[in-house]
Amino acid sequence: MTMQDTHLTAIEPGTAMLAANELFCERDDRILFQRLSFAVAEGQVLQVRGSNGSGKTTLLRIVCGLNDSYEGDLTWYGAPLAEQVEHFRHELLYIGHRVGVNKVLTPLENLRWTCGLSARVDDDAILQALAAMGLRGFEYSQCFTLSAGQQQRVSLARLLLSPARLWILDEPFTTLDKHGVAQLEFLLAEHAAKGGAVLVTTHHELHVPELEELELG
Amino acid sequence: MVDPTPAGSAGSSTASAFRATLKRDLLIAYKRKHDVVNPFMFFLIVATLFPIGVSPEPERLAQIAAGVLWIAALLASLLAMDNLYRADYEDGSLEQLLLSPHSLYFLVLAKNIGHWLVSGLPVVLVSPLIAYMLNLPAGSYLTLFLTLLLGTPVLSLLGSIGVALTVGLGSRGLILAVITLPMSVPVLIAGTMAVEQTQNGASLAGYLAILGAMLLAAITLAPLASAAALRISVN
Repeated sequence: MTMQDTHLTAIEPGTAMLAANELFCERDDRILFQRLSFAVAEGQVLQVRGSNGSGKTTLLRIVCGLNDSYEGDLTWYGAPLAEQVEHFRHELLYIGHRVGVNKVLTPLENLRWTCGLSARVDDDAILQALAAMGLRGFEYSQCFTLSAGQQQRVSLARLLLSPARLWILDEPFTTLDKHGVAQLEFLLAEHAAKGGAVLVTTHHELHVPELEELELG
Repeated sequence: MVDPTPAGSAGSSTASAFRATLKRDLLIAYKRKHDVVNPFMFFLIVATLFPIGVSPEPERLAQIAAGVLWIAALLASLLAMDNLYRADYEDGSLEQLLLSPHSLYFLVLAKNIGHWLVSGLPVVLVSPLIAYMLNLPAGSYLTLFLTLLLGTPVLSLLGSIGVALTVGLGSRGLILAVITLPMSVPVLIAGTMAVEQTQNGASLAGYLAILGAMLLAAITLAPLASAAALRISVN
């Protein structure tokens, strides 16, 4: 039985991009979290921490709208999220632990589709983003020939291409090498500095300004 | 700066997301040729087994030709269905699809169309050849071809609902067939009846109208059901 009761210091209303109020989630007769409230404001990185099985991934999926077995309220810029799903999805970039990279397609083809689902992106921009993620020379290789870390980088290239303001990243550091970790931390900090917000789960010690932590479990 | 920018400025239109999805699925099919070829070969083999198993007499074959072709097409469509969402579910692409700001109806429809183009259309195109092998009466080729052309997309669209419902299950086995085949019965009846009745002088137009109506109903309703089923499966 995992139970806990978390309250973050409330952020002034109006600046909060995304807020959760009194979330409750039960899974297989086990309470993952209850009375969980938090907010992510523009310019902020919120790191969700917690032991394995404490519901980090479930929480992110609830926020995205992939999981609806919860109680409580989610608000987006102060209004109920459910009423502005389309706008929310325009502003959302989600990378789960299954990164959404098709193995038979090349990185370029993968990103054409994934980015094309929400924004207009041309090939030059994708090639530049892939090069920036250290995948120069792999643009036209099928993804099953790439390592797990490289596939992760393919999905992370979306961070450079998407106009989304809210990034929700589930364990984005797991397969990255040291250089990749530093680069991703830089991207998170840069996104926050531009007024974006990040919700991220990781066990890694993040070196990012404006970092808030949310402890689960 | 609280100014949620209106959708669309740098965003893609639903039409471009539809095209991107269709293109991607056709590209994947092109790169995974065996997924496309296997159901097609299955169709050819099943249809070929009947003359061996039932009777090679031309008269007997002529009686069952239409039914054999329809059942073989139905089974081939079922066999091909499994590819529709499975890889996307496993690699996380399905989550990206569900989180697209665009209507899931159109994205699912794009996937269904792409799937039919590579799994259904080849079967329709080769059907006159198999019909010739099964000694289909000379006047029925056009009927068979047209009914399959209208009917196989319906089978794909209905199958998509079953696949969407079962994509999250670990071991699916026959459950897909149990869900999908009963829904396909009306199409099978309309298709085989059309061939039989037009041989006896009935007008083709009525049957085409019925199959066309089924196709329209499937296009408008089935992707909605598939979309809802996908959201449940990913939950």
